[in-house]
Amino acid sequence: MKIAVCINHVPDTETKIKVGADNVNIDKTGVNYMLSPYDEFAVEEALRIREKFTGDVTVLSLGGDAHKETLRKALAMGVEKAVLLKDDSVRDSNGVAKALAEELRQMSPDVILFGKQSIDYDNAQVGTLVAEMLGLPSVAVVVKLDIQEGKVVCDREIEGGHEIVETKLPAVFLAQKGLNEPRYPSLKGIMAAKSKPIEEKPAAPAEVQVQTIHLKKPPAKGSGKILSTDDSAVSELIRLLREEAKVI
Amino acid sequence: MKVLAFAEQRDNKFKKSAFETVKAARGIADELRAEFVAMVIGSGIESIAQELGAYGASRVVTADDASLAQHSNTAYAKVIAEVAAKEGAEVVFLPASQMGKDIAPRIAVKLGAGLAADCVALRVENGNIVATRPVFAGKALIDVRVRTKTKVFTLRPNVFTAAADSGTAQVEKAPVALEPKDFGSVVKELKVATGRPDVTEADIIVSGGRGLKGPENFHLIEELADVMGAGVGASRAVVDAGWRPHDEQVGQTGKTVSPTMYVACGISGAVQHLAGMSSSKYIVAINKDKDAPIFQVADYGIVGDVFEILPELTKQLKAALGK
Ligand SMILES: Cc1cc2nc3c(=O)[nH]c(=O)nc-3n(C[C@H](O)[C@H](O)[C@H](O)COP(=O)(O)OP(=O)(O)OC[C@H]3O[C@@H](n4cnc5c(N)ncnc54)[C@H](O)[C@@H]3O)c2cc1C
Ligand SMILES: Nc1ncnc2c1ncn2[C@@H]1O[C@H](COP(=O)(O)O)[C@@H](O)[C@H]1O
Repeated sequence: MKIAVCINHVPDTETKIKVGADNVNIDKTGVNYMLSPYDEFAVEEALRIREKFTGDVTVLSLGGDAHKETLRKALAMGVEKAVLLKDDSVRDSNGVAKALAEELRQMSPDVILFGKQSIDYDNAQVGTLVAEMLGLPSVAVVVKLDIQEGKVVCDREIEGGHEIVETKLPAVFLAQKGLNEPRYPSLKGIMAAKSKPIEEKPAAPAEVQVQTIHLKKPPAKGSGKILSTDDSAVSELIRLLREEAKVI
Repeated sequence: MKVLAFAEQRDNKFKKSAFETVKAARGIADELRAEFVAMVIGSGIESIAQELGAYGASRVVTADDASLAQHSNTAYAKVIAEVAAKEGAEVVFLPASQMGKDIAPRIAVKLGAGLAADCVALRVENGNIVATRPVFAGKALIDVRVRTKTKVFTLRPNVFTAAADSGTAQVEKAPVALEPKDFGSVVKELKVATGRPDVTEADIIVSGGRGLKGPENFHLIEELADVMGAGVGASRAVVDAGWRPHDEQVGQTGKTVSPTMYVACGISGAVQHLAGMSSSKYIVAINKDKDAPIFQVADYGIVGDVFEILPELTKQLKAALGK
């Protein structure tokens, strides 16, 4: 089984976002980066599929040199091969998907995994864009992936329920939390990852389709009414919700 | 110019986001002085298509076929892209629901269009649509412009308002010509949880955190939720501990919600939790620590013990709401 996983390198979840001098991008000073959490589920699932069916796992990331850190993390978790599609610019989703699709077309894996969403620009579209570009089926927001003889059965989350979806390989899957419990890289894995090569290639060019014209902070919230516990707190809260907020 | 809006239905009932999408799209069409058409996909949907008239769709195109009874991202995207092309629609709106997110990227590729996903505000500036979308889990917002001739937008559910008026719709059937190969994936079974609304669709959410001390105490959260017809949410700490299912998790790695009211009980308000719920219209916090960060975003709060406050709140609300 040939497995590919596309992974992104994103500001960690604690990061305070500051608007950059150009008012379009974030100010990167002091920002720590990490492997996007949903992509970590995707890497783990790839390893489990390989362990069950044999084969090899390649991780791909599009971005600048900094993305090597995230590729190394995947190598440390146990993937065989890492590819950096090098590009220092900030691309829109189509630009990322186009370059990934081009590379994946040549690789032609049986299974392609993505996270359901990168936690930077929260687009939740690259995986499905790639699937459409490659003419492959896709299942998004997957919490269970079961590869059987001649078919794949997935459990995918929707609003207020689940869809049990069937498809065939080759196919694209977008990982959701709940799919698995990602392993920690072992010390041996971390040491081995240091010497594994990362293949570098220029990312195929793409035009900007969606242009950011302005980045801003959300409007600040005014300070709320905080009631201390005394006997009247609950009835006062209910009064405020009914008369002031008018929500109940 | 023409604007097309996709109205999502499941089980031949429109989602609330369908009305929101149609209404918002119609507003943009008017501003652009463009024609407007709405579209519904399913099986036996002729009768419900009418309903969209009350949300500004005077024309509705249906793709009505037994094979489309269940969602299939490849087939739905094909049908929508074909109708959009035939109608000459340059702007396509879908909800940023699980269904909308599953098909919008495919439509964008088919139409050579740029996709602005999960928008929370739209405006027209010199004849161009400017969309606002939350990024970095709502810690910032970006205004974007789609530069391709054809443009696709998905709209975050529960953000755009959708009041019905007395408008009516003329319904037309689009021909459906699908082959088995157009169904890349098929839904074999739909498991819909009954009872409480999902957090992404609920108007009110009551959410519990580690302050509840254990899974056995979540009935306090559920009882309060049920009085108000609310959905039940949870922090990651309690989901990771196995106290609650992960589809209840709210936050950066859980669900993003924007209800009218979010009630956080025994939740500290870690930045990753705030990321998923800070766009709620009203936030109510109940926490025994007056310095908990959740109080910094709360509109109303009670500093106190959930084990005392929650039963009392449920009791008094029951009385107040006549239940
Ligand atoms: C990569 C990453 C992603 C994450 N994603 C998410 C996410 O999506 N969603 C999320 O929620 N978290 C997320 N987290 C975790 C987050 O950082 C916090 O750990 C988590 O939100 C804490 O949950 P909590 O508020 O329930 O627990 P705690 O932080 O332990 O808070 C419990 C609160 O309950 C109060 N309390 C205790 N007893 C009582 C009582 N009797 N009455 C009233 N109040 C009481 C305490 O004062 C405290 O404020 C993420 C973390 C990381 C690193
Ligand atoms: N720069 C990138 N390099 C590799 N994969 C990416 C990149 N950006 C996004 N992805 C993948 O696409 C998924 C969805 O991302 P997005 O559409 O940006 O939210 C992520 O979870 C990754 O699996």
